Amino acid sequence: MKKIEYRELPAWTPGWWALMIGLLVVMAIGLAGALYMETEGHHVTGMTNQIVWGIPHVFAVFMIVAASGALNVASIGSVFGRDAYKPLGRVSGLLAISLLAGGLCVLVLDLGKPDRLIVAMTHFNITSIFAWNVYLYTGFFVVVGLYLWTMMDWTKKRFYKPAATLAFLWRLILTTGTGSIFGFLVARDAYSSAVMAPLFISMSFVFGLAIFNLILLAVYGGSGRPVSPDVIHRKARLLALFMAADLYFVVVQHITAIYWPSRDPVERFILLDGGIYTWLFWGVQVFLGAVLPMALIYRCKQVGRGLLRLVSSLAVVGGFAQVYVIVIGGQAWPLELFPGQQISSSFADGRIHSYVPSAPEIALGLGGIALVLFLVTLVSTALPFFPQALGNAEAETPAVGEAVGQAAE
Amino acid sequence: MSDDRNTRETAGDQTGTGGIGRRAFLGAAGAVAVLAPGLGLAAHAFEARPDGVPASSKHRWGMLVDTTKCKSNCHVCVDACNKENGLYEEADPKDTAQYIRKLTVHDPDTGYTHYLPVMCQHCTHPACVAVCPTGASFKRADGIVLVDRHICIGCRYCMMACPYKARSFDEYTEKNQKWYNPRGLGCVEGCTMCAHLVDEGKDPACVTACNKTGGGAMVFGDLKDPTSEISKRVATEQTTQIRADLGMDPGVRYEGI
Repeated sequence: MKKIEYRELPAWTPGWWALMIGLLVVMAIGLAGALYMETEGHHVTGMTNQIVWGIPHVFAVFMIVAASGALNVASIGSVFGRDAYKPLGRVSGLLAISLLAGGLCVLVLDLGKPDRLIVAMTHFNITSIFAWNVYLYTGFFVVVGLYLWTMMDWTKKRFYKPAATLAFLWRLILTTGTGSIFGFLVARDAYSSAVMAPLFISMSFVFGLAIFNLILLAVYGGSGRPVSPDVIHRKARLLALFMAADLYFVVVQHITAIYWPSRDPVERFILLDGGIYTWLFWGVQVFLGAVLPMALIYRCKQVGRGLLRLVSSLAVVGGFAQVYVIVIGGQAWPLELFPGQQISSSFADGRIHSYVPSAPEIALGLGGIALVLFLVTLVSTALPFFPQALGNAEAETPAVGEAVGQAAE
Repeated sequence: MSDDRNTRETAGDQTGTGGIGRRAFLGAAGAVAVLAPGLGLAAHAFEARPDGVPASSKHRWGMLVDTTKCKSNCHVCVDACNKENGLYEEADPKDTAQYIRKLTVHDPDTGYTHYLPVMCQHCTHPACVAVCPTGASFKRADGIVLVDRHICIGCRYCMMACPYKARSFDEYTEKNQKWYNPRGLGCVEGCTMCAHLVDEGKDPACVTACNKTGGGAMVFGDLKDPTSEISKRVATEQTTQIRADLGMDPGVRYEGI
């Protein structure tokens, strides 16, 4: 394999400034939204005592799940020895760390007491999967940081493979932990299931790769660096494979629940008559987020940049819908205190709970996304993370040049 | 155990046949207390826990609710709880904390409808305690489940985990707080089983109100004390725990459901 040349992103250009200032503005608005929620109280949000986790959790879970998935590209190159993916290892690690940072920021700023973050770091309840996740998230930063070090410092090359293996295992455990946050909720029929852990892992594969693809296309399109069509095609086929895996676990999740008579009502709610949640499930998560992109990828003999951008965008939209249906839809269904009975109370027992996200919540979530993009841009401007060219650039530069030209248009 | 046996055995003997006997007993006891304060009995159902003495696992505080005596139009338990704990309706009712609520349960097959109060069930194996990342949700040795507002970070995972929807999120800056029930913006809160009253040897406010002006449907006591009224009734009558299938072993039991 020939030597890979990495370059920093060009800084101080008008486009760079516009991007960074734009991201800073979105982050500032998000922070203002969080401060508003914290000082006024969560009554200014759409969250209630019924829907206790709102759109900030959707953003946060999406980013945290995507973080571990974004690391897959590096793992495929290092742990599974696919040379074509090795040049992308650094970006993969950087994106993984940035996504986790963005997700955690949103999660922390949505706490009722974000000023007590230090309490969360110093008081551990060993039986809490949340507390385990504090270790897993912190460890992820450390492990992926070490992994990146071994990638970027050739004097540490002997640690490259062990670090890669550790990072891969860690990311699997981390997503298991994230899925188990829901899987361990024995009281809620929409969640309590061991399948949540592998489901979240399969989701992470899709979300992480889709975001990775979009970042890659943006950077290489924007800077005019060549990318081999083979890399593009390979990424698309891999994404389709991950989508199939995600879809498989979604089927298992719901079939298992349907087979359980007490869970019929909540399954009927999500799959048949849940209004926005049913529409999001079938229309966005399943069709737009999986079936359509898979069909587009598999019917195409050579996936180009445009199609990869399209299917990756669809995967992100579908993935966001999937997390929304899980987090919000699962809470919208009321707790079953007396299965089979009709219950009512002043506390909205027995009723489908409504939720409308408020502007500060959405701003906080978007602020987290902006933070991810800001970190990726800033770090890859300061350090050489992106390869100068991807794939067999010499042979295929002309074709790529055309593609870059089209992208620029 | 006998050393710690509370003074409720006298009350238990009097009220074993129902609420009327209990009320009559309390009324007479109140009169005695007024007339002869030196006797100092009756108003305290059991011994107070002295300052500096930790809650003991020799007790397991619990409640028994007889739903056949709980009427649809009676909310004295809810009103008493709100008053005792300084709760009030917030600007948006959806965001109002409810430590206890009246539930209407209707059987669509038989058409039978009954009513019951639901509050924190003070489980032996509480899901809220298991999931709380900081340990803010905790169970006292005597079975009362509380939230330590000093280390609650407001993650609401306990609210996700509780099968009884017993917790509320404090979404407002509260006013007129009670010293024994500090409420914190951004913290989770719920029924404390009126631990401050229990520690003084008194019944929780909801139980007192129910037996004073309500249907006399609620009994509070020590499930580990075989001579307490609650223990005797749990031992001899058909009682049920809500969602017993989840295995959390609630300390609140119901009759008639």
